[in-house]
Amino acid sequence: MGNKQTIFTDEQLDAYQDCTFFTRKEILRLHGRYHELAPHLVPMDYTNEPDCKIPLALIVNMPELKENPFRDRIVESFSEDGMGNLSFNEFVDMFSVLSEMAPRELKAIYAFKIYDFNVDNYLCKEDLEKTLNKLTKEELTPEEVELVCEKTIEEADLDGDSKLSYADFENMITRAPDFLSTFHIRI
Amino acid sequence: AKNGIIVLKRPLGTSSDSNSDSDEEEDSMSEGEMARLMEEVEEKKKLIATIRNKPWRMKRRLVLLREAQQFVDKFEGALGKGKGRKWYAYKVMMTKKWIKFQRDFENFRTACIPWERKIKEVESHFGSSVASYFIFLRWMYGMNLVLFGLTFGLVVMPEVLMGLPYGSIPRKTVPRAEQDTAQDYSVLMDFNGYCKYSVLFYGYYNNQRTIGLLKFRLPLAYLMVGLGTFGYSLMLVIRTMAKNADVGGGDGDEGEFTFAWKMFTSWDYLIGNAETADNKYASITTSFKESIVDEQENQKDENIHLRRFLRVLANFLITCSLGGSGYLIYFVVKRSQEFANRDDLSWYEKNELELIMSLLGLVCPPLFETIAELEDYHPRIALKWQLGRIFALFLGNLYTFLFALFDEVNTKLEEEGSIKNASIWAMKEYYANFSLPVNDSDATPPPMDPGDVILGPCWETAVGIEFVKLTVSDIQVTYLTILIGDFARAVIVRFLNYCWCWDLEAGFPSYGEFDISGNVLGLVFNQGMIWMGAFYAPGLVGINVLRLLSSMYYQCWAVMATNVPHERVFKASKSNNFYMGLLLLVLFLSLLPVVYTIMSLPPSFDCGPFSGKEKMFDVIMETIDLDLPAFMGTLFSYAANPGLIIPAVLLMVLAIYYLNSTSEAYQNANMELKKKMQMVSKRICGVPSDEDFNQEEPKKQHRQHQPGDEGPGGPAAQSLPGPARPAGAWLVSSRASCRCGTPETGTDQPPALSLWSEQRNPRSLKENRPRPEAEPPGRVLTCRKT
Repeated sequence: MGNKQTIFTDEQLDAYQDCTFFTRKEILRLHGRYHELAPHLVPMDYTNEPDCKIPLALIVNMPELKENPFRDRIVESFSEDGMGNLSFNEFVDMFSVLSEMAPRELKAIYAFKIYDFNVDNYLCKEDLEKTLNKLTKEELTPEEVELVCEKTIEEADLDGDSKLSYADFENMITRAPDFLSTFHIRI
Repeated sequence: AKNGIIVLKRPLGTSSDSNSDSDEEEDSMSEGEMARLMEEVEEKKKLIATIRNKPWRMKRRLVLLREAQQFVDKFEGALGKGKGRKWYAYKVMMTKKWIKFQRDFENFRTACIPWERKIKEVESHFGSSVASYFIFLRWMYGMNLVLFGLTFGLVVMPEVLMGLPYGSIPRKTVPRAEQDTAQDYSVLMDFNGYCKYSVLFYGYYNNQRTIGLLKFRLPLAYLMVGLGTFGYSLMLVIRTMAKNADVGGGDGDEGEFTFAWKMFTSWDYLIGNAETADNKYASITTSFKESIVDEQENQKDENIHLRRFLRVLANFLITCSLGGSGYLIYFVVKRSQEFANRDDLSWYEKNELELIMSLLGLVCPPLFETIAELEDYHPRIALKWQLGRIFALFLGNLYTFLFALFDEVNTKLEEEGSIKNASIWAMKEYYANFSLPVNDSDATPPPMDPGDVILGPCWETAVGIEFVKLTVSDIQVTYLTILIGDFARAVIVRFLNYCWCWDLEAGFPSYGEFDISGNVLGLVFNQGMIWMGAFYAPGLVGINVLRLLSSMYYQCWAVMATNVPHERVFKASKSNNFYMGLLLLVLFLSLLPVVYTIMSLPPSFDCGPFSGKEKMFDVIMETIDLDLPAFMGTLFSYAANPGLIIPAVLLMVLAIYYLNSTSEAYQNANMELKKKMQMVSKRICGVPSDEDFNQEEPKKQHRQHQPGDEGPGGPAAQSLPGPARPAGAWLVSSRASCRCGTPETGTDQPPALSLWSEQRNPRSLKENRPRPEAEPPGRVLTCRKT
């Protein structure tokens, strides 16, 4: 395994390995992917931690995200400015949370953020409606959408405020047998 | 003071700007301070180990990590003051080296995992359910590779390198009568001729107690490897099941969160292909519509009596066909025994047994599915019944085959008695005839040519040959099925479509689907056969490794080139452990015949590593007597005493009972806590504070709460400070165990065989094709709308 790479210092690579679920080779590969999204913008040499961000529009064109109906929300939840511009740190963070090895609790937190379209820390009816419409490409009638959102809130809402707080969401999602296998992106 | 922690005096020799006593060498820290400092250092170390699990921004993590590492480095030295300093420093250094080694090893291990790209491609086209079959295949391949290494390294290689070569003793030589046909292709294909007298089979191995310079004890190694194969497989399967049990996610009712789960967990994030995505949208929409309809409609009263009658009828028919297939196999095995005595056999007659078994495995499942139409179950329940029946079919076939094989073995054993006498007689005759022409009675006659010695009917090799032939024909049938059933079909549909009256792609026969359950079951049973046969044919594991390797490439190609994403298939079961549990069951079932033969059947008198002994496990007795010191022999004889074994078994039974009742108690406690939680949260509408979601810079004070976070939630709560807990109400919610520490490479997890409901949008050459109204005919394990 090459010790000759000059993209990161060894300390940086060790730190990344401690902070994410990736191995050294995967981190270097991620950097390669990040670079090829915007070759003129992203420097090859990261040893002095340059501060560059790739805009949302370029990131959602990645083959892994291209077909995902929630791609915009995913990138936004991992970006610091909330607008979807990711630095390399955030890029790595995103794929680390979505990788196979991330634990259920961590994924649940980010899933909540992704589905929370208006970023108010609750999944209210509008959030659910938007989610449903994205999932079905708006093929359901408004009555059906209404019914489904009501049923969802009825099922998961524990504290009775007609919206889902993180507690409700987590309680519901940790029982879901499919959650870990579907909330997973392989990079 | 950083983080509110007292800065202690620096180690001797460094300049210090703290107050007082920098020159004293003895520890001027009190015990309390020392203990607290140690605690802080431990805490920091724990933070470093679990930092990847925290839901913080990356920048924050990096900063905190650096701080924590600096703190640990600085004060670990300080703690080493006093008497144990050198030892402590050494310990610290070794720990660091060990961590680095672990990390390098993890990196290396992950780099070694094969076929990542291939699986990713399959995933993005077909979703996680189909890909889970390939992940399972890869896991099997890994296990078989280890078994192959064991067998090859400890049994085959020593015999080849240090044992006697081919042709030196009777068991290693093709008998004179067969020698001129021994190289024929047809004979080799039957695993007779040179194949039979090679390292592939049991009969080749010599029974010398030690061989070569190193005094390698081959018979002992053979027995140990045979048993060790099962031990290793058992350990691996159980370890994987335990790992998956965490992931399973537990004990919610099926109907509890239908809509919520559909909304939040139905989209498969692995999909990267536009067409698959379209299919997925369509299937999600359909699934929602169905649930809405279910919700709105009441179940109509149907004619219960008719339904019950139909179900009984269906079960009766299926039991009949199971019985029929069992009898057919028995009949065919009997016939093959008769054939063994004839010589003029056609190809069909020679391979009849294996062909029939494989064909049954191919024809019966669709038959069961058709009969199951009568039953009119919910698709998920129907799928479970179907899987159960296929399992019963395979099991029944395998065991009938085994029983018939045992009959054959017994016949051979009887034969052995007479051949033994015949061969001793022939040997005497040979020596007698030799001394006649030569008058010099002192000359010793040359030993009889090995090709002339009459060999016994080595039953172990015969059994090994049967298993190898079965495996090979299974492979052939599987590959042919894929070639014809999938590839030829796809080619026909694609090219005939231009000139056919109806749309072949949308109607009958259309493209095939990938039959996940059938393939997984096939894999499981194939492994069962390998486990059974490996003791009698050490080469079988090698054949299986090759088979799995080629299967991977072949099936990946086939699925990408000829299959379409699924019509509706429902989940087989909630947890990933369903197929692992099946594998475990098959492991036990294949262990039984092997252990039975080791314990009770006498080995052949003139072939194999146990020839000459009364029972195969006598080798162990011999080793204990001769190789181990005397006291161990007495120790083992005490251990084998029933007076000791029966209490041990009782103790284990009691332990199981105890663990069972404590686990029930825990479950009850869990239920109570859940109820309390619901009550409390309804009273106080707990709201998580906003700060923890929107933290941008590291908040140092936050860290000090960590040890206190270990409330009633235990380890699960500790891994994530996350949103602040309201009144401790829902700490218990995440049942899953803490995921701190070394990352798991989840790639050796077996199938996430959860299959969501989807409707096929047929792949079509023509654009904007309307969805077909007629239901396409079901293949194995596809479910129709009820």
